[in-house]
Amino acid sequence: MKSHGWMLDVSDLSVKLRGVQILDNVSFKIKKGTTVAIIGPNGAGKTTLFKALLKLVPYKGKITWNKKVKIGYVPQNLSISGMPLSVREFLLFKHAENIEETLELVGLENEVLDKRVDVLSGGEFQKVLIAWAIIDKPDMLLFDEPTTGVDVGSEEIIYEMLNRLERETGMTILLITHSLHVIKHYSDYVLALDKDVTFFGESRKIAEPSLLKDVYGSHSLFEHHRHGA
Amino acid sequence: MEATRFSSITGMVHEMIDTFTLSLMTGIFVGISSGYIGSLMVLKKMALVGDALSHVALPGLALGMLFNFNPFIGGFAFLFLAALATGYLERITKLSMEAIIGVLFTLSLAVGILITPEAELLEALFGDITNINMVDTAIAAAISVFAVIVARLIYNKIVLSTISEELAVSRGINIQRVNIIYLLLVALVVAVGIKIAGTLLVGALVVVPAAAAKNVSPNQRRYAVLSAAFGVASSISGIILSSYLGLHAGPLIVLSSIIIFFATVPARRLR
Repeated sequence: MKSHGWMLDVSDLSVKLRGVQILDNVSFKIKKGTTVAIIGPNGAGKTTLFKALLKLVPYKGKITWNKKVKIGYVPQNLSISGMPLSVREFLLFKHAENIEETLELVGLENEVLDKRVDVLSGGEFQKVLIAWAIIDKPDMLLFDEPTTGVDVGSEEIIYEMLNRLERETGMTILLITHSLHVIKHYSDYVLALDKDVTFFGESRKIAEPSLLKDVYGSHSLFEHHRHGA
Repeated sequence: MEATRFSSITGMVHEMIDTFTLSLMTGIFVGISSGYIGSLMVLKKMALVGDALSHVALPGLALGMLFNFNPFIGGFAFLFLAALATGYLERITKLSMEAIIGVLFTLSLAVGILITPEAELLEALFGDITNINMVDTAIAAAISVFAVIVARLIYNKIVLSTISEELAVSRGINIQRVNIIYLLLVALVVAVGIKIAGTLLVGALVVVPAAAAKNVSPNQRRYAVLSAAFGVASSISGIILSSYLGLHAGPLIVLSSIIIFFATVPARRLR
C-alpha cells in the first residue's frame, strides 16, 4: 500500500530521444508538501525529466503519482513577443473564475490584467506564469528555472512567494535551478541529475562545499552565484 | 409550371442582384474569413507561408478550367494537399519549411502557368470579379461562415500552442490535429479568395489585415475582430474603387489593405 506521505514515486525512469540516452534509470520519491530543487549541468536531463513526468515524451520505467494529482507546470522559453494577448485572456485559457484571488497570491495588482503579456517585465510575466500554474489549485507545481531573465530583486520575491505558497497551500514543488542560494534557502531536498541521480538528499547537506564538489564535479555553481548576487 | 415559375423568380433575383452587388457581398464574406483566419497565421509567424501557399492553387484552377469543373474545388484540393505535403516533407527531409515552400510552390506556379489556358491566365493570377455569379457568392458565403465558426473553436488552442507547445500538450491539446484543421481552413479561405484577388495576390488578404490589427490591438479579442474588420474594409474599398476606376479589383484590394497597414504603424503606441 502506498503511503500518504508520498506525492511522487519514480523508479527506473529512462528516456531516449533520437537515439541519445537523456535519462538513465532515474529513481526517487518526493514527499508531500516539500520543495525539491533539481540541479545538474546543462544537458543533464532536468527539463526532460519534467517532460517525462508530464507524459510529453516517451519513457521507460514507472512514474507513480499519489491519488489523482493535479499538476501545474511552468515551462521555460515561452514565445510571447508580439503576442496581442492580455493577461486576463491568458489566464482565462484555463476557464478559471478565481483570477483576482490568484493574482493577489502571486503579488500582482489587478491593473496587470488588461496589459498585453509582451509588455510585462520579466518578473511580472514570471508571476503571471505562476498564477497560470496555480489558478486551478494543483497539488504539485513543476517549475523549470523560475527566474531566468528576472532581475535579482524579483528573483528573491518569487522564491519567497513560492515558499509561502508551499506553506499556505501544502503544495509540493519541484523546481529546476542553477542557484545554490535557492537550494540553500528555498528547498528542502536536492535531486542532482546527470543522466542518472548523482545525489538525492536534504538541501542543507549539499551546501557543504566538499559534497557539492562530489556531486557536481566543480565549484562553478558557487562562482556563478557570487556573480549573480 | 412550377419549374417555369421558379426559373422566372431566379431570373428576377438575378436582375435585382447585379454583378457589382454580388462582388461586394462576396468581398465582405471573403474579407471577414481571410482576415480572421489570417490573424492566426500571423500569430504563428507563418505569414510568408500563407502568402506563398496561395500560388499552389494555380494548377488546380487550371485543371478545373480545362476539364470543366468548378476551379474552386481544384484550387482547394491543391492547397490542402500542398499544406499537408509541406508538413510531411519538413519531417522527413529535416529541411526548413521555407526551403520546402521554395521548391513546392514555385513548382506549382511553373506547372500552373504552363497548363492554364492562355485566355484565363490573367484571371487566375490576379482574380476577376466582373464575371462573378450567384453560385460563386453562395460558395464564398457558406465557406466563410463555416471557416470562421471552426476557427473560433480552435482559436485559443492555436494561440496557446504558439506560446508554448509543452503548455498546450500539458493541457490536453492535440497540436497535430489542431494544426491540420487549421491548414484546412487556410486552404478553404484562400480558395474562395482567389476569385477576387487571384492566386498571386490572395495571400495579402490573409496576411495584411492581421498584421495591421496586430499593430493596434491591446488584446486577443480586439485583434481577431480588427483583423476581420480590416479584411472587410480592404475588400469593400478595393471593389468600389475598381468599379469607379475600371481597374482590376484584386490589386486595389491589396493596396487598400496596405494603406490600412501603414495607417496603423504610427498608432502602435495607442494600444
